[in-house]
Amino acid sequence: MSSCEETLIPKVGVITDVRIDTPDIKTFRVVTPDGKKAFDHRPGQCAMLSVPGVGEAMFSITSSPTNEEYMEFSIKKCGCVTEWLHQAEVGQQITIRGPYGNPFPVDDVFAGHNMLFIAGGVGLAPLRSVINYCRHYRDRYGKIDIVYGSRSKEDLLDYKEIIEEWTNDTNVNVHLTIDREQENWDGHVGFVPNYVKELGFSTDCIAVLCGPPIMIKFTLEGLRSLGFEKTQVYTTLELRMKCGVGKCGRCNVGSKYVCKDGPVFRFDELDELPDEY
Amino acid sequence: MQKVSQQQLIDKAVSLLADGTVSCVLGWTKGEFDYDITPALFTDEASLRQGFVWNDFCGANFSKYLVAKTRKCEGKILVFLKPCDTYSFNQLLTEHRFDREKVYAVGIPCEGMADIDKVKAICGDGISSIDCNGEKMAVQTIYEDAPVQVDASSVLAERCINCKSKKHVAYDELMGDEGDVIDSARFDEVAKLEAMTPDERFTFWQNELSRCIRCNACRDACPACTCEVCVFNNPKSGVENKSPANSFEEKMFHIIRAFHVAGRCTDCGECSRVCPQNIPLHLLNRKFIKDMNECYGEYQAGAEVGSRAPLVNYTTDDLEPGEVFNGRDSDA
Amino acid sequence: MRKCSLDALQALFAHVNASMALYLPVDGSDGKAVYQKWSEGARWSHALNTVRSPKDFFFPQTEDLMKFKTAGKSIEIVDVRNAAEDFVIFGVRACDVKSFEILDRVFLTDPVDSFYASRREHGTIVSVACTRPSETCFCGTFGIDAASPAGDVSCWKTETELFWQANTPKGEAFLQLIAPLTEECGNEAVQAQQEKTAAVMKKLPLAELKADAFGGGKTKEFFDRPEWSELSQACLGCGTCTFVCPTCQCYDIKDFNTGNGVIRFRCWDSCMYSEFTKMAHGNSRLSQKERFRQRFMHKLVYYPENNDGLFSCVGCGRCLSKCPISMNIVKVMKKLGGE
Repeated sequence: MSSCEETLIPKVGVITDVRIDTPDIKTFRVVTPDGKKAFDHRPGQCAMLSVPGVGEAMFSITSSPTNEEYMEFSIKKCGCVTEWLHQAEVGQQITIRGPYGNPFPVDDVFAGHNMLFIAGGVGLAPLRSVINYCRHYRDRYGKIDIVYGSRSKEDLLDYKEIIEEWTNDTNVNVHLTIDREQENWDGHVGFVPNYVKELGFSTDCIAVLCGPPIMIKFTLEGLRSLGFEKTQVYTTLELRMKCGVGKCGRCNVGSKYVCKDGPVFRFDELDELPDEY
Repeated sequence: MQKVSQQQLIDKAVSLLADGTVSCVLGWTKGEFDYDITPALFTDEASLRQGFVWNDFCGANFSKYLVAKTRKCEGKILVFLKPCDTYSFNQLLTEHRFDREKVYAVGIPCEGMADIDKVKAICGDGISSIDCNGEKMAVQTIYEDAPVQVDASSVLAERCINCKSKKHVAYDELMGDEGDVIDSARFDEVAKLEAMTPDERFTFWQNELSRCIRCNACRDACPACTCEVCVFNNPKSGVENKSPANSFEEKMFHIIRAFHVAGRCTDCGECSRVCPQNIPLHLLNRKFIKDMNECYGEYQAGAEVGSRAPLVNYTTDDLEPGEVFNGRDSDA
Repeated sequence: MRKCSLDALQALFAHVNASMALYLPVDGSDGKAVYQKWSEGARWSHALNTVRSPKDFFFPQTEDLMKFKTAGKSIEIVDVRNAAEDFVIFGVRACDVKSFEILDRVFLTDPVDSFYASRREHGTIVSVACTRPSETCFCGTFGIDAASPAGDVSCWKTETELFWQANTPKGEAFLQLIAPLTEECGNEAVQAQQEKTAAVMKKLPLAELKADAFGGGKTKEFFDRPEWSELSQACLGCGTCTFVCPTCQCYDIKDFNTGNGVIRFRCWDSCMYSEFTKMAHGNSRLSQKERFRQRFMHKLVYYPENNDGLFSCVGCGRCLSKCPISMNIVKVMKKLGGE
């Protein structure tokens, strides 16, 4: 049994690498001061990062658990903590605690299935952990399809990894799209929900969605029109969190706490909850 | 007992609804007991006749509700204003906080509102009913066979004991007299604080403010506190907080608030009425009012629409506070 | 069961306080009861209850969690916790004793909140039965018997005597401590008082209030009810109900820069506040109606759903007497529960 000595009180972490992903997203590599991973996690879990005096915020762990050296966090600049992190340099110490929440059921429910990952914008961050986990244990899963869209080519997260690694994997199909035509882009143009319908996936897979609420809403409708059941579609939620352990009382949707009972939910589970997320 | 009866107010509201003058009525609605009264919007005769209440416990000042309700309501809102409420009403108009055209204000005389804690101090707990309609207030408890007869004047709220005015300074229609500004001893308590040594005064406020639980009720009920986003709720302000980090900060919340409403506070007393910890917050505001009166001449916020408070109305004749208080506060 | 004369209480308090800190309700300068550390001359208040609930003892309004020392790019985390010492809270009412169980289910379930757990471990609770409940009392709605309060020790006060009964090993130890100042006795006087109190409880205006309509699994039934708009229309969005409530336990974690390092502290928070769920890019509860609904849904539906049907309200009546606009859980229950 863990106690708050390990939960509310964080460890010190060091930023060992900062990668500029998009104009407003940077990916931070974090280890403990002695160069180790701060803790083990499962795909889809989150961690609380903080900058003393600025605040603490919850982020999904972008790197796969199979990476045994460090953790990565892809962070979009949009509030006090993230703005501060965006100007941090390599060597800066922060604090880290976790892991929090329920992971994606990668080893049981997902095992042996075809996987369809659909992400929009920074929504790829939590999915990257699962995608790379599935790629690592490639033989445990069937076909992998990844649909990823962003505003522009520059706004595509992890573009280098996608092009250099993901697209070269066998039996992994990556479908990229951007919202508007632009130079140097000969790929698909259009919104993610429409692209998903165009691609017309068969229902013999498990779908995992993450992105802005409006994208989630229309993509889910698209999948439903293709014949998908809500029981085969997963997503991950984000709400204001403070404690990470289901006690501070702010991230609940109905009787469920996103930090503890989520952030991973199946859509049929969400149907049971009030529409307040 | 109030001079205008509940029935008269209901009839007035019903007729103004019926002739289309107003589309809704901001009034008081009854609760579980006869004293726990909640502000409510009424839109039809049936709900008015069933739920509208007017008695000695209708203390809530409706002026501030007009800021939000006039934005939502189609048509005009009927609001019943006690004399002290009309000052807040004017002050909000001075600050352009709601559209006067969307309000139909009916002035009602007020004999003062009761403080339930004072009633309980006399009659004890376990109140099952309170009848305010007779000469005396009849309080029935579950512990006594017969109701206890209480003199209404003996259970008046502090702000009503020190009522500054029975005059309605704003209305579209009056029920009863316009009323007059009256002599009040409201600055006596302030004078007592002024007579203290700085150390005694510090101890007094330290003791009072140490009870604060930072519920923000004083701010949320205050008709002068109508910022869309209060500085204490804005994370970017640097002072946003839900509880004091230390005893210094505890005092800062109230001092900053008192400064912010200085010159705009009409002394309606809502802050002290709603404080769950019985902190006499009105004394901070009254001190400012008293000082302004002494430095710049008598000024009553909300007495008329558009008047400029002394603190925002510099004239070359203004004296330095030091000249006014010379000698009196030299030790402060 | 043991007893002592009320006249002997001061000596007994002094005796207890000599071995561990004793807190009890005394009349504050504003005439309202407040828990204070006993000192020579402090008198036990006659008031029915304190305005501020005793949850402070275990879940204080503000508490420091840790301190950070920063230098250049490096951070040091300093543990600021003091070792908790044994203490006694005397005079806790039945409703408030029950509130500790409700708080326990939040703070003592995995992962255990060690800050809370340590204080809970060191605290002995001495309850006192009620004899003159207020019209705002409705503990019976939640199955609490004001005449048989729980706690480590239960007490009953008569005109001249105080009766003591231990309920737990901690309570036994406490009765051992006060044994020299108390004497063994029968429970006839207590039983007689309990019968009298039971009769009084039946006369309370809220005696018939039932919570049966609510409970776990009823989110769908209540969440979209149109009455929420009317119920919340006058709500000021202040935190009074939350902060006087013995079972409200939402908290915030904030950093305070002292100028000499950063202190991270925990403080009470309220779901009634507009910024409670505000994130950098949005807010899941934008209107006061949604925030108001959250508070009551939590107490009447969500909490019971996660805690074997236990409601997160003890009927102490504090919100009834303290809400600036007199809106409260009783009115919500009556409106939504179909009464």
